[in-house]
Parts: sequence; structure tokens; C-alpha cells
Amino acid sequence: MTQTRSLIDENGKRTDGRTGDQLREIKITVGVIKNADGSAFIEFGMNKIVAAVYGPREVHPKHMALPDRCVLRCRYHMTPFSTDTRKNPAPSRREVEISKVMREALEPSLMLEDYPRAAIDVYVEVLQADGGSRCAGITAASVALADAGINMRDIVSACAAGKVDDRIVLDINDTEDKEGDADMPVAYMPHLEQVTLLQLDGVLNEDQFNQCLDEAVKGCKMVYEVQRKALMQKYFGNETELKEEQ
Amino acid sequence: MQEIRRKYVVPGDRIIDGNFRPLFNVIRAGNSIISTRIGIAEAGREGVKVIPLSGIYIPRVNDIVIGKIMHHSSLSWDVDINSCFSAHLPAQDVFGRDFSPARDDMGRELATGDLITARIIAFDRTRDPMVTIQDKDLGKVPRGEFIKISATRVPRLIGKRGSMIQTIEQATHTRVLIGQNGIIVVTGRNSEGIKLAVRAIRMVEEEAHTPNLTQRVKTLLNVSDSAPADTSQLAQPQIAPQNEESQPTIQEVEEELEVEKGEKAP
Repeated sequence: MTQTRSLIDENGKRTDGRTGDQLREIKITVGVIKNADGSAFIEFGMNKIVAAVYGPREVHPKHMALPDRCVLRCRYHMTPFSTDTRKNPAPSRREVEISKVMREALEPSLMLEDYPRAAIDVYVEVLQADGGSRCAGITAASVALADAGINMRDIVSACAAGKVDDRIVLDINDTEDKEGDADMPVAYMPHLEQVTLLQLDGVLNEDQFNQCLDEAVKGCKMVYEVQRKALMQKYFGNETELKEEQ
Repeated sequence: MQEIRRKYVVPGDRIIDGNFRPLFNVIRAGNSIISTRIGIAEAGREGVKVIPLSGIYIPRVNDIVIGKIMHHSSLSWDVDINSCFSAHLPAQDVFGRDFSPARDDMGRELATGDLITARIIAFDRTRDPMVTIQDKDLGKVPRGEFIKISATRVPRLIGKRGSMIQTIEQATHTRVLIGQNGIIVVTGRNSEGIKLAVRAIRMVEEEAHTPNLTQRVKTLLNVSDSAPADTSQLAQPQIAPQNEESQPTIQEVEEELEVEKGEKAP
């Protein structure tokens, strides 16, 4: 495909006015769904995503239960009105794939062996889609899991980086995803310093790959700060420090 | 060395470095202890723990729970105890050792939908919890208003030595039966009293970790701040006893905080 327009202007600004190392605006609200055990709503640029966690709860059908640990089930779904042309609500190939990678991205952070014979259900519903909805979905799901009080080793933060006009930029948006050269979503556990998801759509050489990964991890750390702040806000209000005892 | 250090944590937060004993809701990662839950971390001489602020009920042996009979097989009842595991109540527990599935009608004794107060007698990660109703104050709950709250809020609702729940019971002339699993049954003669008690319980649930909660509950119940009324006339509230190994309770932390902030201890 020939590129029809430049995605980075002469001042180094991108299509939405950001610089190369800038994230879109992120806002996370915790506990938006009363019926769920844990939930979060994330606005990641133009993405609007709700994540709800149910469980640990009994597994149905029973034969799916594992004797030594908990089953994690994820469902990523885009609402028909989340895109500009109507999206068929039936699960598409893409959604099935994202549900799978999302489960695999969240699994390492959870202590599933603490809940044998049980199941945790994670529902991620995209209300409005922009580029990077899988990253935003993982970010919201991880916050919802923490809100549900499930034992976790760390919180998972996710952010993409990619190549646009031969430059490595952070947090690819929808236009850059479609017209750019490469998109690399990364999920990362900031305290344990472990990557739980790494996908790459596009072509990068080794240097670019390393630079892209570093950039994405940097982005994940910024996302983590927002996640942490949102959780603290829900549980402790504006107090961040507990008064030390004498 | 400082006696106890407390701080607010989210999963993954490093609580403390060094050779401390991890108690619960924490794991060791290298030389440091990290939290696995949202809550209040406590690092003391005996070890490091996190008092969680959210999460479902995980059964522990000797917990008193309130459960609902889901159905029964020919040998046991299945009880929903508001957890990810359903509990078993063996028929022998009710009919005695000479129970015979052919002779004894289990449905007559405990029907589907009945509420029971039970004690967990066995539970580990390899099998579902088993409960008993053969003890004082255990058995069928005949009537009352049913409320479900988060199990992490139960200790706060009970309060230090039962102070919070006694305040609610006395002010509303009700009896509040609390299960460690977060199921509560309120009984009383006066429907207004029951309504008020339910409101107070909901308030405790929603604002469990905020300071000056006792004061706000008292305001809601129109109770003066003076010494509580004579408690000798009232029976002790039927609360699940905290066993020795039980996890620390949020109210211990919160009440101490309240005292620090200048509120009178109840």
C-alpha cells in the first residue's frame, strides 16, 4: 500500500498533535459495575472500555474445573456501536484471538493456585474503539481484578509502540495503526519487570525492535501510575499515606 | 527497630525489605515482601501481612457462616455459603448416626431455600467445605431480613469486642445475626427498627475504611455519645467468634485510627 499522507509533520507532531513519546490521555474509574465483584472503566484516548470481573466462583460446566488451580476465562467484545460502521455482535476471529491473548497476558499476574476448582470470569466490553483497544482492555481488566480482591503478584499494564514514517513512536492510535508501518502491543508487570504480552504487526529490524520494546515498556510504566492512582482513589480517597503510629 | 509500620498498598507494591516472615496476602520476591491485595499493610515483629479491603469469602475451619440450602442428595445437603465453594451438610449431622435415606425425609427437616447458621468443620484446598449445625445457636434461621455484604467488612461491622453491632442492636431493638461469610439476618418486632438497622449495616459496608464511622453510625441511629445503655438485659450478639488463627481484622486498624484522630473509643 502506498502511503498517501505523512503521519508526522515537520514539527514532529503526530496526527493527533502528540509528540513521539507521548501517551494519549488516560482516565480510569474503579468499581463502576455494582453487580460485578470488581470492575473498571477506562478512557484511553478515544477508547472507552468497561471491564468486569466475576469470581472466583463455581465453575459451570463442572468438568471445566481444574483440581489444583482456578480457571481464568476472558471475553473481549466490541459493541456493535463501538466503530463507525456497525460491527456484527457475534464474536469475530479477531475478538477470539484478543480474548486469548488477554487471558495469557493476565494469567501470570494472578495467583490462580490460591483458588482451586473455581473460575474467574473477565468481561471486557469495548464501547468505543480507537487504536490500541487490546492494551486498554488489559489495563482495565487488571485494575478490575485488583478491585475484585483476587490475589495478584503484580498489576499488568499495557501499552503499544510502533513505527510510523520510519520513526518509533509510543501509543499508536487508530490512524497510525492502519497507515503506519508497525504496531507492537506490550503488556508488562512493572514491579516484577516481566513482559506478559508481546505482539508485532509489521516489519522492524533488530535495533528498531529493541527501541520499540523499550518505548512500550516506558509507556506501560506511565500507564501503571494511572492504574495505581485510580485504585488508591477508590479505596483510600485522597489519602495516600497512612498516618504512622508512634 | 520500629514496632509496626502500616501503609496503603495495591497488588505488587513492595511493603518492606529484609528478612521478615510473610503472614498472609503477601509474597516474598527476592529480598522484599510484596502485597497481593489492595489493603492496609502491616509490618511488625511477628511478620508482614495485608488486611484486604475487597474480595470474596474463603472458608476457614471454625468460621460461623449463614448459608442457604440449595438442594439435597440422598446423603447430604448442598449449602450456598456465599463463596466459590458450596458446602456440604451431611444428613447424619441432623438425623444422627442411624440415618437411613429410605426412612428419613431430608426435605422435611431442611428444605431448599432454608437459611441455616452453621460452623465449618473441615475445609482444605482438596475438597469442599463441610459444615455442621450441631452446636449451640446453630441451625435453621426461622425469620428475618436477609442482607449480603462483603465478607471483608464483617469484622468492621462487629467492631471492637462487638461494639459496633451492639450499638446498632440497642438503638434499633433488633437482633443481628452475622455470618463470617458476609450474610446477615436482622430480626426484630418493629419493622422500622429493622429498616434502620439495615441502613446502618449498609452504611458500615460502604464506608468501612473511612475514619469516624462509629460517630456517623451513631448520628444515623440518633444515639447520644454517652456511655452505652445497660447491656446486661440484652443477650450477647450472635457473632461468629474470631478464632485464634483468624486473620487480623480491619476494625482493629480502623478503630485505632479513629482513636488517633481524637474520637472517643466506644
